[in-house]
Amino acid sequence: MQKIFTPEMLTEEQKALGATALDFIQKEVLPVSKQIEAKEPGLVPKLLRKAADIGLLMVEIPEEFGGLGLGKVASTVITEKSAEQGSYEVSFLCHTGIGTLPIIYWGSEAQKKKYLPRLANGEMLGAYALTEAGAGSDALGGHSTAKLSADGKFYVLNGEKLYITNGGFADLFTIFAKVDGHLTAFLVERNFKGLSFGPEEKKMGIHGSSTVAVAMQDVQVPAENVLGEVGKGHKIAFNTLNVGRWKLGAGSLGSCKELISRSAKYVMERVQFGRPIGKFQLIRNKIAECAMRTYMLESLVYRYAGTLDEAHAKAKDGAEKVKQLEEYVIEASAAKVYGSETLQFVADETVQMFGGYGFCDDYEVERFYRDCRINRIFEGTNEINRLLIASTFIKHMITPPMTEQSKTEQIASSDFAPSSVVKKVAAYLAGVGAKKYADKIVEEEALLAVVADIVIEGYAIESGMLRAMQTKDKLQGEMVRTYMAARIPLLKVAVRQQLVNIAAGDKKEFAKLEKALDEIIPEIVYDIGKGMDLIAAAVIPA
Amino acid sequence: MKIGVLLKQVPDTETKIKLKADGSGIEENEIKWVVNPYDEYAVEEALKLREKNAGSEVVIVTAGPARAAEATRQAFAMGADRGIRIDTTGVSIDLYGTALILSKVVLEEKFDIIFAGKQAVDDDCTAMIQFVAELSSLPHVSPVEKFELGADGKSATVERPVAGGMKEVIDIELPCVLGCEKGLNTPRYASLPGIMKAKTKPIVEKKAAELLGSEGLRVTTAGWALPPERATGKKIDGEPNVVVEQLVKFLREEAKVI
Repeated sequence: MQKIFTPEMLTEEQKALGATALDFIQKEVLPVSKQIEAKEPGLVPKLLRKAADIGLLMVEIPEEFGGLGLGKVASTVITEKSAEQGSYEVSFLCHTGIGTLPIIYWGSEAQKKKYLPRLANGEMLGAYALTEAGAGSDALGGHSTAKLSADGKFYVLNGEKLYITNGGFADLFTIFAKVDGHLTAFLVERNFKGLSFGPEEKKMGIHGSSTVAVAMQDVQVPAENVLGEVGKGHKIAFNTLNVGRWKLGAGSLGSCKELISRSAKYVMERVQFGRPIGKFQLIRNKIAECAMRTYMLESLVYRYAGTLDEAHAKAKDGAEKVKQLEEYVIEASAAKVYGSETLQFVADETVQMFGGYGFCDDYEVERFYRDCRINRIFEGTNEINRLLIASTFIKHMITPPMTEQSKTEQIASSDFAPSSVVKKVAAYLAGVGAKKYADKIVEEEALLAVVADIVIEGYAIESGMLRAMQTKDKLQGEMVRTYMAARIPLLKVAVRQQLVNIAAGDKKEFAKLEKALDEIIPEIVYDIGKGMDLIAAAVIPA
Repeated sequence: MKIGVLLKQVPDTETKIKLKADGSGIEENEIKWVVNPYDEYAVEEALKLREKNAGSEVVIVTAGPARAAEATRQAFAMGADRGIRIDTTGVSIDLYGTALILSKVVLEEKFDIIFAGKQAVDDDCTAMIQFVAELSSLPHVSPVEKFELGADGKSATVERPVAGGMKEVIDIELPCVLGCEKGLNTPRYASLPGIMKAKTKPIVEKKAAELLGSEGLRVTTAGWALPPERATGKKIDGEPNVVVEQLVKFLREEAKVI
């Protein structure tokens, strides 16, 4: 059986890191939550600098540059414990993630030496500027330009970036602009002349986080501030998002856990018809469903973190680490899509359980509901991520990536039967689709989205399953069985319709395709009701 | 200065205490263990004192099973320098015995000053400071809300709350044992670099059995029981005059308290 990293394997030290992160949130951030939401000027950067004082911003920065040189697992623990205040969380993740990681992965020695220690101690706060008005999902379609000066000493940047998180206060920006039409990343300090900032956007959620437009008018950026190679900015842009996507999954996980603990408590306090609403089946099932999905998310996020830590530890240089990021692109996107959609579900059901109180801001769950909505949009919309997952999956089917640990091989030959079923279905549908549409399959987005759904669910289920098999925990086992019994038939319905579409409605052709599908997916007969009862009983206090 | 801190690992204050099935004690399996909250004030005060006196060290002394080392590491993460754990595994020990073994370490280390929480929030005995001080022949004050080292470095001025919102101001000679109260300071965070450094700091182990010598139990536990569950309350509805009449009747006839 394949061994994966699970939260049960966290060391005392890693748990202690998480405990400090939580301690900080509870003592410093939550007491000023209302002020954060009211956009009190200077408050969020002040909190980030306080966080820096106790080392919360230095986790992934290498030791020689003033950091702790810790990996993704440690960072996951800290991220999920920081999720109780969404606006702060987004600002924190922006700084430690997309604001800092590009320099860790692609920075030159001089750039690392100059900027990383200051990002670690909070002297500088980071941001990342890729999006433009006409370049959102089409990230490479931006119009910002960079021209090398006649003496070759600096680049002159022009253009406007939109929706820049932390933009209102960040000191250092990774800005993308085109040099002769080729995307290039630049490290731009706030005080470089010609940089100006728009007003704060009025948003649906994460009200306390800073989101502004950044305009560049003849900004002179020293040539040594080019990050990575000129013209290779797309590599930085996409791989940074990869890491950001896993972090988003970890943050979503923290919010899910927080909401479940709040609702499990609330439903036993709220009495209707003479008994706590937590004694009613429809309410208990909601909590069981939230718990099951969150368990899968937790398994998936920690597995990805553990896999990357193990890989990074063996990497001989930064370039190899970047290659590893590229190799696990499916998993990173799956963490983002599954994380954001699980949180959306959990937040929605939590508001529902809180009823009218949940709709009012005194009970705070409505804040989570509003705050989480952005997760399905930024760091690549879930639609873009689904297309990325499916196209990468198909690409890997044709030409498997180099290393032994490659995901695709696992997808093709897992030694664990039930979850390999899900993978086989993905491979089957992608295969049938590729045969029919050949190169045109990229236009068949509805089909690709179904392939992606199966891959995502397969990764979630397999992670939950491998974990349950390692821990031999009964409740975890029950969650996996119940979840599969609920989910796989739904996936089958979606695949079936795609097969009908592929057969263009031809009944005979479809019958052939469906027969093969039936052979892959066995009929599941499992008492989900009993499973939900057991899960609810474990989560809701008696 | 050599600054000692007596530290105890206790169940998290939100723990629901359960008894073992055979009634032989408390079920420890599901307990989340933490540093006794009052001891955090002790660690903080020790660290502050060290910062003001270059060359000082902060030594954490704890008695308990292997898991108690985690609490010492938490104090390391805050900044303490080294630890001594008296292993009590397999030893039946009471309050007096615990005080005795702690005082032996206190005497051996020749601390200039000893801080401890004013009480541990598990058994709430509020006795360890006095016991350890007595057995070490040292003066003590507890609870302490304010601490200041004397200019000579050999005495301290401390404040202790007394009944009626008044404060006693006490000059005390060092070495002494001080019981720390909430409000004395704000304990610092266990910083991330501190957590990473904690594993490199040494914890010396001593055996409780050896330190106890021939000392046996002075207190024996007769049995363990949870407090009886509170009966559900009664709500009386109606006009005030009727309610009062009913209430008095209940208090007199059912509760029999008036």
